[in-house]
Amino acid sequence: MTTVQDRLRSYGPGALIATALIVLGFLYPKYVESLADLPLLGDFVPALSSMVIMIVFTMMAVGLNIVVGYAGLLDLGYVAFYAVGAYTAAWFASQQFDQWTFHFGAVGIADSVPGIHLSIWIVLVMAGALTALAGILIGLPTLRLRGDYLAIVTLGFGEIIPQVVRNSDNVFGFDLTHGTFGISPIDSPGFGSIGEKLGLPASYQQSFQREQWFYWTALALLLFTVFCSMRLRDSRLGRAWIAIREDETAAAAMGVPLMRTKTWSYAIGAFFGGVAGAFYSSFRSGAFPADFYFNISVFLLCMVILGGMGSIWGVILGGMILGYLNVAGLATFGSKLQEGGVDFDPTKYQFGFYGIIIVLMMLFRPEGLIPERRHKRELELGVHDTPFYDVMHEGADTDRDMSND
Amino acid sequence: MAAQALTTTLDRLRKTGIVNLIGLALLALVGIWLVVNFAKDPTEFINVALIGLTNGTIYGLVALGYTLIYGILQLINFAHGDVFALSGLVAWSLIVSVLGLDKDSSVPVIIGGMLLTLVVIMVLFSIVNAGIEFVAYRRLRRAPRLAALITAVGMSFIIQNVSLAFYGVNFHSVPSFIPRTEAIGIGDVTYSWNKLSALLITIPVLILLSWFVRSTKQGKAMRAVSQDTEASAMMGINVNRTISVAFALAGALAGAAGIVYLLQFNMRYDTGFELGLIAFTAAVLGGIGNLTGAVLGALIIGFIQAFNEGLLWFTPGSDWTRTIVFGILILILVFRPEGILGEQTPEGA
Repeated sequence: MTTVQDRLRSYGPGALIATALIVLGFLYPKYVESLADLPLLGDFVPALSSMVIMIVFTMMAVGLNIVVGYAGLLDLGYVAFYAVGAYTAAWFASQQFDQWTFHFGAVGIADSVPGIHLSIWIVLVMAGALTALAGILIGLPTLRLRGDYLAIVTLGFGEIIPQVVRNSDNVFGFDLTHGTFGISPIDSPGFGSIGEKLGLPASYQQSFQREQWFYWTALALLLFTVFCSMRLRDSRLGRAWIAIREDETAAAAMGVPLMRTKTWSYAIGAFFGGVAGAFYSSFRSGAFPADFYFNISVFLLCMVILGGMGSIWGVILGGMILGYLNVAGLATFGSKLQEGGVDFDPTKYQFGFYGIIIVLMMLFRPEGLIPERRHKRELELGVHDTPFYDVMHEGADTDRDMSND
Repeated sequence: MAAQALTTTLDRLRKTGIVNLIGLALLALVGIWLVVNFAKDPTEFINVALIGLTNGTIYGLVALGYTLIYGILQLINFAHGDVFALSGLVAWSLIVSVLGLDKDSSVPVIIGGMLLTLVVIMVLFSIVNAGIEFVAYRRLRRAPRLAALITAVGMSFIIQNVSLAFYGVNFHSVPSFIPRTEAIGIGDVTYSWNKLSALLITIPVLILLSWFVRSTKQGKAMRAVSQDTEASAMMGINVNRTISVAFALAGALAGAAGIVYLLQFNMRYDTGFELGLIAFTAAVLGGIGNLTGAVLGALIIGFIQAFNEGLLWFTPGSDWTRTIVFGILILILVFRPEGILGEQTPEGA
């Protein structure tokens, strides 16, 4: 029997650092204001609301990492899952369907307000489940395709879904998505009157420390995602994903069911995207079709690549860095440049920067900032990434040595 | 386990041919829709079809670039659409600022200016595209295929932002120095000079390309490399040079497409993204790697788009164009992954 101490020891210093970071993370609202008072650096400290957005996007990146990093399936349409999650929240926790009135556990609104109002906590789970279903539906016809075709098809879905959302304000006379205006306001999370007795806010939106509560909830969701992601990686399913990533032929030969395993990676990756999307739309109190464009998919992919495909800590680091640049960093930097008399607005070119990051990382450090050991060895030693049928058809063309040409 | 159940159901359906039946039924519905629309207003139908022809030629030029590169490297060159947009914008600078063509220019000046623009842009962008390959893709020849694809996505963003930096967010268009008056007209069916210019540029370019690929030594080398890289290297073909040539060709085609597009529409830094995706869909529809297929697929997509936006009876309209085009992409990949003209390969896609 291993004791708790043994187990702790076996995790090594990593566990200590992680614990310290989590504690520091949870205490962030307590010291953010004193940090912001620092000379020079103070302006660069992200505010709480910025942190919420950074964490939500990092959560999506960790979800995407399951698809791209573990299973090695390039998904260029992850934004579709974000959209499904956001609109699930919009349907089940707003006044969108005001022809019905149904309340269940909703906080911060009067019982007479029309529309479907479920508790956000239920909506988060529903969003995850619906998005996972969407992932399965998208995956089924497409997952048998080769890697690069899969990328294009996911991109296609990523483009279709926002347009469907934008155009669905009149589906045979029924206003499903409220078109380009989006759906707003969306109910806020909260603990109702029972929570109030325990010192928790009844509704985040009406709380005096609104951002602080959203921040803590976001962090808890991220930790949950990271925990699931780590446990999944070491599970039977996770090992099957990695086997497929490394060598599809060998994995199939050893009895890994390719389609089912890939579909699960889609469904689970989508689940977290959906939860993050629903939470984010509740935080912003709205879901708008203009948010779901291709650049977001690439932005999330860039987080995964920068941090290191398959490496959870890497993806978190990459997500926080890019999220920071996106939400606050580039704008602050730009205004500093303006003060210095340089007329250059880095936010305008942010996707150009992400493009440069992607290309440089792929060329010079494809394993990412914090590489996953196994993935790094794959890149160094080279593995067959040519899938099952290819090998039979044209020989493994990753084997060839072009230096002799 | 719902996923598994669905998978096996889908497999069983595929084996019994029901999936193919559904595909044929869909095609039949489209056919009926076209016939009814034609019967309702034949003149309008033909006019709309001519718009589709013009758009199709532009898609064709871009789709050829995708298919050329895919044939050789098995790489979806994401940056291609953005190279197309940049080429159009540079052509705009050349036409408006350097040559100063406008409505009052005489016919020889316009023809000479357009020829000059065509040559300059095609040469310039063949160099640019070969340069992109040299900088970004060459190092990744032996890396996993996804690495090159991700790099291509990154390059696409970089080029898009180069366009943004030089040309801003505004749309650019050239003065209508090619008259929009009727060139060919039968009854109410008209085809303007402006639209005809697209064909006048595209057809010679396609003939040149076809001659190059079929008859020159370099073209033969290109076909050899796309069939079997290793064997052609053993036969003494310089594979790296051949790949550079393919990228140069693709760049030149994108340049020509940029000019043709500029003559019809206005464009800005992100025009290339969506058009690139549509062109890629066209290449897949025709059978990726197949040059004739790319042009055929592009014409079909051009017609579909024009019919969708121009016809009246039971037409979803331009709001749904994107959904329809990508829906087609997904349907092809499900029903006939090898495309219209592609060979049946055991890969399934």
